Amino acid sequence: MTATARRAVGQPLQRVEGPDKVTGAAKYAAEYQVDGDLAYAWVVQSPVARGRLADVQVDPLLDVIAVLWHGNALPLEDSDDPELAVLQSDRISYRGQAVALVVARSLEAARRGAQELSLTIEKEPHDAVLRTDDPDLYTPDVVNPSFPSETSAGDVSVEAPVAVDVTYTTPALHNNPMEPHATTALWSGDDLILYDSNQHPAGVAATVGALFGLEPDQVHVVTEHVGGGFGSKGTARPNAVLAAMAAKVTGHPVKLALPRRALFSMVGHRTPTIQRVRLGATADGVLQVIDHEAYSQSSRLFEFAEQTAVATRHMYAAPNRRTGHRLARLDMPTPRWMRAPGEAPGMVALECAMDELAVALDMDPIELRVRNEPTVDPDSGKPFTSRHYVECLRQGAARFGWEDRDLRPRQRREGDWWIGTGVAGATYPTMAQPSTARVRDLGTQEFEVAIAAADLGTGARTILTQIAADELGVPVERVRLRIGDSTLPPASVAGGSSGSASWGWAVTGACRALRETGKSEAVFDSSELIAEQEKEGKHAFGAHFAEVRVDAVTGEVRVSRLFGMYACGRILNPRTARSQFLGGMVMGMGMALHEEGVLDPAMGDWVNHDLAEYHIPAHADVESVEAEWLDEQDTSLNPMGSKGIGEIGIVGSPAAILNAIWHATGVRVRDLPARLDKILPYL
Amino acid sequence: MKTFTYRTATDTAGGLEPGAAFLAGGTNLVDLMKLGVATPDVLVDVTRLGLDEVTSLEGGGLRIGAGVRNSDLAAHPAVRRDFPVLSQGLLAGASGQLRNMATTGGNLLQRTRCRYFMDATKPCNKHAPGTGCPARQGDHRNLAILGGSEHCIATHPSDMAVALVALDAVVNTSQRSLPVSDLYRLPGDDPSRDTILDHGELITSVDLPALAMPSTYRKVRDRASYAFAVSSIAAAAKVADGRVTDVRLAFGAVAPKPWRALIAEEALRGKPATRESFLAAADAELAAAEPLKDNAFKIPLVRNLVASVLEGLTS
Repeated sequence: MTATARRAVGQPLQRVEGPDKVTGAAKYAAEYQVDGDLAYAWVVQSPVARGRLADVQVDPLLDVIAVLWHGNALPLEDSDDPELAVLQSDRISYRGQAVALVVARSLEAARRGAQELSLTIEKEPHDAVLRTDDPDLYTPDVVNPSFPSETSAGDVSVEAPVAVDVTYTTPALHNNPMEPHATTALWSGDDLILYDSNQHPAGVAATVGALFGLEPDQVHVVTEHVGGGFGSKGTARPNAVLAAMAAKVTGHPVKLALPRRALFSMVGHRTPTIQRVRLGATADGVLQVIDHEAYSQSSRLFEFAEQTAVATRHMYAAPNRRTGHRLARLDMPTPRWMRAPGEAPGMVALECAMDELAVALDMDPIELRVRNEPTVDPDSGKPFTSRHYVECLRQGAARFGWEDRDLRPRQRREGDWWIGTGVAGATYPTMAQPSTARVRDLGTQEFEVAIAAADLGTGARTILTQIAADELGVPVERVRLRIGDSTLPPASVAGGSSGSASWGWAVTGACRALRETGKSEAVFDSSELIAEQEKEGKHAFGAHFAEVRVDAVTGEVRVSRLFGMYACGRILNPRTARSQFLGGMVMGMGMALHEEGVLDPAMGDWVNHDLAEYHIPAHADVESVEAEWLDEQDTSLNPMGSKGIGEIGIVGSPAAILNAIWHATGVRVRDLPARLDKILPYL
Repeated sequence: MKTFTYRTATDTAGGLEPGAAFLAGGTNLVDLMKLGVATPDVLVDVTRLGLDEVTSLEGGGLRIGAGVRNSDLAAHPAVRRDFPVLSQGLLAGASGQLRNMATTGGNLLQRTRCRYFMDATKPCNKHAPGTGCPARQGDHRNLAILGGSEHCIATHPSDMAVALVALDAVVNTSQRSLPVSDLYRLPGDDPSRDTILDHGELITSVDLPALAMPSTYRKVRDRASYAFAVSSIAAAAKVADGRVTDVRLAFGAVAPKPWRALIAEEALRGKPATRESFLAAADAELAAAEPLKDNAFKIPLVRNLVASVLEGLTS
């Protein structure tokens, strides 16, 4: 291949680190061999939902190096995130909270020490249940990250000729990346080195450093490879702080990989939601009213107000619109980001309600959506820079085989299977955040591109290599990409589907500067350009289609086909993009059918906290899943013309499946997940 | 996890010191040890005793060594040919990797996956006698509707054992032979013991008497693979002149043990092989069910399964 510009982006380049991963050469946070007498830590989690840890007694015969708890822990500086103030207080705010850390010479000894520890706890009554009649519910000032809690236009109390008024509930969902949150911590004098699994090495360095009173250049976070995060590794988590503290106190390098069980409480989850959606339309399907109120929860520690109803602000035109959020503070773990926070549960309620409205109107659900396509963003009144939602619906319908679909439910039966199809819209905001990249001409026909980004396994390293190659006008083989290290030029978080846009912007700028200046090194900071950019009207859109079959004997649901059609700007790498879309859709299937943190209110705990009992789709659940995309051109976004694609696959795909279940059986499941016991009684 | 010593068993005579446990495939015991639910001081590995053969018995039956791996048993030609209910039941369980490790004896003796039993930080009369059963008020969607007690409503998790109960299999131990349905005990006021085996009693093999009927296994679960049953059924039936002449029915995931549906079988013998008969038989068996708020759906589910599976076998 010869070096011509504009060639690598758009190609299905294989992951550049793929061979390292399949051969086991790629190192994850808990796999680093470090010098010194490595110790292992095991976290002790609170067995009660609320109370006070009065004392911890350690059997002197236990084979441990140290047991840390609030009675002897290192004092930490203040933090914006109370979850990181580990072992600083006797208060217990939720079941599963870290209350002690056992450090030992082996993993087994640490685990045993944790099991044998004697905790003296003063237990207090707790409240673990989200409900709409909770007198302590309140309207947060803003919802994440800084949206108004409530929006309103017109009068949603007007009577529309055809209306639906429905309530959907979604359970607590748990991110469950394959690689648990893990840290190997060691001190070198007053400097701290963390091998840590996260989505933002620079952010983790700053946050953890501040807790220990360190200057930014005293902390070095290495995050070479990450086995998934889905949002739960977006900021430093307690494991990093605990490991650093244990290393400081014991003088040993300390390795702490959270056990799967701890991932259900200590690192965040998706809040349960209760959502009421009221839609009203004229008899020919023109929306008059859109009213979406979302209830969610947070912990006593921290206000995390998920933006559940925000996506609804951008989807459909109507003269009378309202969205609102109500929050309960419970004696439960703090929710956090999980893939498409807000959009994923919010669009379940909106897009299922749209399906219910289409039924009430006796109208094709795609036609209903098309009929209510807005000309401008209904929220801001500004135009969308690109939208193509209708094209996704139309072309997706053609590809999926929507034509001649019988509007009536319960019309197709093959053997014991009821068969049906469903559709739902998808959307996700298009964002970019300031980042800095550096490129160096190594003088060997090779170029080193450096940025403190994190690749969660999604292909960031690969895409940045492609972007750099094109901007430098060289083949990808000549680009050496360095990421995953907090000492590299600062990069934004791998979150909000913004990694490729943010980092790619900085990489583009640095590579252009190198070419234009002819120097051997160039650095580019995108902050100014991003600050000047118009933020409104930038969203990715898509349409999801599902075909399901429901066993008339048992109520079991199987998804025969899942199809997504997306308008996400320029697709930088069709191989890794496809993988992201499919992964999102499969996770959406899990949300529709399988995933649920099962709450025991009396325990204040989700009782299923391993991957045997917390079900995600198994391979056998995934039959046909396909993604396609429009060739969308939008020059207003970033130099690559790309939109984020990491999350949109989980937005709407659950609703498409639920709508298909209704079409197959006539059973409307409004309480996720749609397990067989919610369907069988009505078959 | 608790420190333990390990040794290999040298003979099939059984016998264990207090605090010791047999180790076979380890697919359940080792998990429970990591979780602190099982805390043996000594593990005695029984996988090197040569109990890993399937041999023919006179009259068309089979003897299955206790160490035969689930995957090997499911694939055994004689099992596939003569006892499809067993092959299907095995393949419906766990995952390929687990079936490669799990043994016949170990599968029979696996513990419930009740979420309270599996969590040493929570009360449970099975892992900590006398601490109570939170499942009745808490999470019990997948727990027992038959055979439970106020002290325990755990379900037995095995698919294989449901098939073996339907097949009238006999368990041979270091001390005795007994029908597999007699191996298990109901929780009553002592849920800590799942079986009647004495401490140190070693299962050495399982005998399958010949089966002269078509048989099948149907498992209902919350996802397509790698999930314990929500309900399952092992069935065999013979029909002559439109009437049921012989039938075997066993239910999984509805009781603390694999549930042989003797009442339903009795109700079916000699009856017309019709959906009405099948449903009436299921209703007779399920009349004793004592469902709770979140597991009552298992009654219509099992009822549907009985009718559907028997219709398939007899049509």
